[in-house]
Amino acid sequence: MLNRLSLAAALTLATALASATSALAQADTPQPGGKLVFVAPYGGSITSLDITATPHAQDEIVAKAMNASLYSWNADTNQPELELAESVEKSADGKTYTYKLRDATFHNGAKLTADDVIYSYNRLGDPKRALPGAEQILRIAGAAEYQAGTADSISGLKKIDDRTVEITMTDINDPGWQLMSNFAPIYSKDYPEDQLASKPNGLGPFKLANYVPGAKVELEKFDGYYEEGKPYLDRLDIMLMEEAAARDVAFRNGEIDVNVLGPTQYAAYRAEPALAENLLEVAEVYTRNIGFNPKVEAFKDKRVRQAINYAIDKDLIVTKLLKDKAYPAVSWLPVSSPAFDKDARPYPFDPEKAKALLAEAGYADNLSFSVTAQPNESWGIPIVEAIIPMLARVGVTVTTDPVDGSVFSDKLLADDFQAYIWSNSSGPDPLHYLRCFHSKTPQSACNYVKFSNPEFDALLDQAGAEPDHDKQTALLKQANNMLQDEAPVWFFNYNKAVMGVQPWVHGLKPNSVELAIQDYQDVWIDDTAPASRRQ
Amino acid sequence: MMGFVLRRVLQMIPTILAVVLIIFFIFSVVPGSFLTSLMAEGRNMTNADVLAQMNAQFGLDDPIPVRLWNYVSGLLQFDLGISYRTREPVTSVLGPRLWPSVQLAIAAMTFAAAVGIPLGFMAALRPGSLFDSLTMVTAVSGLSVPEFWLGLLLMYVFALQLGWLPSFGYQENSLRHLVLPAIALGVSPMALLARTTRAGVLDVMNADFVRTARAKGVSEPRLVRAHITRNVLVLVLTTMGLQIGSLMGQAIVIEKLFSWPGIGSLLVDSVSVRDIPVVQGAVLVIVLWFLVINMLVDIAYALIDPRIKVA
Repeated sequence: MLNRLSLAAALTLATALASATSALAQADTPQPGGKLVFVAPYGGSITSLDITATPHAQDEIVAKAMNASLYSWNADTNQPELELAESVEKSADGKTYTYKLRDATFHNGAKLTADDVIYSYNRLGDPKRALPGAEQILRIAGAAEYQAGTADSISGLKKIDDRTVEITMTDINDPGWQLMSNFAPIYSKDYPEDQLASKPNGLGPFKLANYVPGAKVELEKFDGYYEEGKPYLDRLDIMLMEEAAARDVAFRNGEIDVNVLGPTQYAAYRAEPALAENLLEVAEVYTRNIGFNPKVEAFKDKRVRQAINYAIDKDLIVTKLLKDKAYPAVSWLPVSSPAFDKDARPYPFDPEKAKALLAEAGYADNLSFSVTAQPNESWGIPIVEAIIPMLARVGVTVTTDPVDGSVFSDKLLADDFQAYIWSNSSGPDPLHYLRCFHSKTPQSACNYVKFSNPEFDALLDQAGAEPDHDKQTALLKQANNMLQDEAPVWFFNYNKAVMGVQPWVHGLKPNSVELAIQDYQDVWIDDTAPASRRQ
Repeated sequence: MMGFVLRRVLQMIPTILAVVLIIFFIFSVVPGSFLTSLMAEGRNMTNADVLAQMNAQFGLDDPIPVRLWNYVSGLLQFDLGISYRTREPVTSVLGPRLWPSVQLAIAAMTFAAAVGIPLGFMAALRPGSLFDSLTMVTAVSGLSVPEFWLGLLLMYVFALQLGWLPSFGYQENSLRHLVLPAIALGVSPMALLARTTRAGVLDVMNADFVRTARAKGVSEPRLVRAHITRNVLVLVLTTMGLQIGSLMGQAIVIEKLFSWPGIGSLLVDSVSVRDIPVVQGAVLVIVLWFLVINMLVDIAYALIDPRIKVA
């Protein structure tokens, strides 16, 4: 009952807050001019201004301001939508898409053409360049062959005329899910590649003004941006600050305009009315979980995996340790996913049922395993330490195997773990992220728990071949519920991303894909901003 | 003098080589790699084929001796390799970080010397006085206070409460941004300098030649200026040299706290993602800085004390 109530409350709160924030943002007329100082805590520094060379979240923040992709994510509708194309026509077989491109201009003055689209995707898939963003174009017909070195270019890309490009996919699913990625921007084919990291040339609302490596990226309004009247801001400074306490001081001092909050700060900000009324919250598409490796004999038994889900009081952990900065997880897909079943409920905390299931499976008091964990306060060692006594009460002994991020991934790829705790992407594309549990998905890709269930596979295959969107969503919902019952992982929580926002900032959106990545062209500041922002 | 400099430069080569080899072998055996670090964010961003291609591109699938040979032969041509993370030459990655680091180290040492040396001197001239006791309490506190905590305290007082200075960040040619990180970093060497100076002055004041000078009627100001200061300077300079030499490496916490784009924060970021070429480059810069500073200190000895010969 508690789980049901807390989930319902969390969902209501999330929806209400998201709606309230959107309403606030739209309440006033946007004002042009001024500067926004946008700060995020991820990573130590901006890695590269060429987003195709890096897979890191912090670089996406800058890339989103400077570049544009064929599609973009609409944070209000929770769907991908056309960005660099005015219209698209789909072929009868549902695999070929013909895009009429926008009249858009690169920062260097060159016009966007079909050749740029073809060049950008071929460049991304080029095996000699080995770009991490290649992942995003693998569903284009011929991309896999090109990447494997058996073709000279991607066969599924065809220029119709300067403003029209045809893209053939390998399946019938919406190409927008991948082609909206910030890691798959459209670059100019005539721009020197060796300048992409130092003098980037994108189609985005802001262009580079100054870059101080390790300190900040200063961007200025691009007057040739294709959306008339936008961006509203004249300047945008993007910085990274890892230390939460330092960010807090800078935010309270008005030196920065946003502050991405951790659990401790979230509790503190909620306790202060002036700060609490300017919090932007969203359920991000990350699922925190403990994955069970079936090479541990006990984990092959569904009853054992379910027992662990019953034995842990996740509501208590979310409340006490995470200070309510998370939503208790039901299954794999997060609450913002179209395939999330709003009637489904999380595993209740029921130690007696857990004991019964363990006894039934033959592990009444002889199960022990270690959890490989990183030192992360929301999904790392502290969480493992919290579950140790809970599992001990049902006769399960747990130990921690502490490692850093790089070693963590090493151990997973080498299958050198018994269980792990992690935060994984679980959206926005439900089909793509449920495929992580398809038996054909290798462990090195994302099926880290080597999950294999023919019924689940059949459901996903059926969903993948289903052209009707609603029917596909229903199948994915079914698959997600099946996954909950199979419990290949302990479903812990969905991240609640929270951003403290200065009262003079408007237009920020509750982006469930990544809160820190915003549509900067829609952001503006009002007259109450300090003089340093109005200059 | 030139012979001395040349000899010291040649002596640096085995030190540098040893450091390079140690770093290379440590990162050859520690678990984790750049490629696996890409997965650590849990975003399923890289598939096996792309990982394999990246492995080949960076030469990470070569045997260790081949990688070592490639690195050392590159080093001999002043080529530090390519950063895995940014795909730029390591020199281009290190270049913009060098001046902020040097700036911070010099500013911190300036603060430390400007405050620590006079404090130590004055304390020694009034041994056992209240001033002496207060100075030593300050010095011990300065040595024991955690830099991170001190930095936060400075931010709170001077940025948030008084509004005098920015709380974080780096801006070219901005002294205001430099003040707080420099003080936070400089407090520990300041305390050490105060203690060292005090001990040195007390020691010299009890020396025979000072007693003789006093007996000959040399005035106290002249005694301090011409006899004590000159003799204490060698000790102070040694302490300063060692401190400024190690400040670049010690600044990691302060750089992170104040979002200062120095070599230290670059080193930490690079270690966490196993960007080995940059780690090697950053360590090399820190070691070179230490060695060069110490060579300059040795040269300065000769200028201060004619009995010390560097030729």
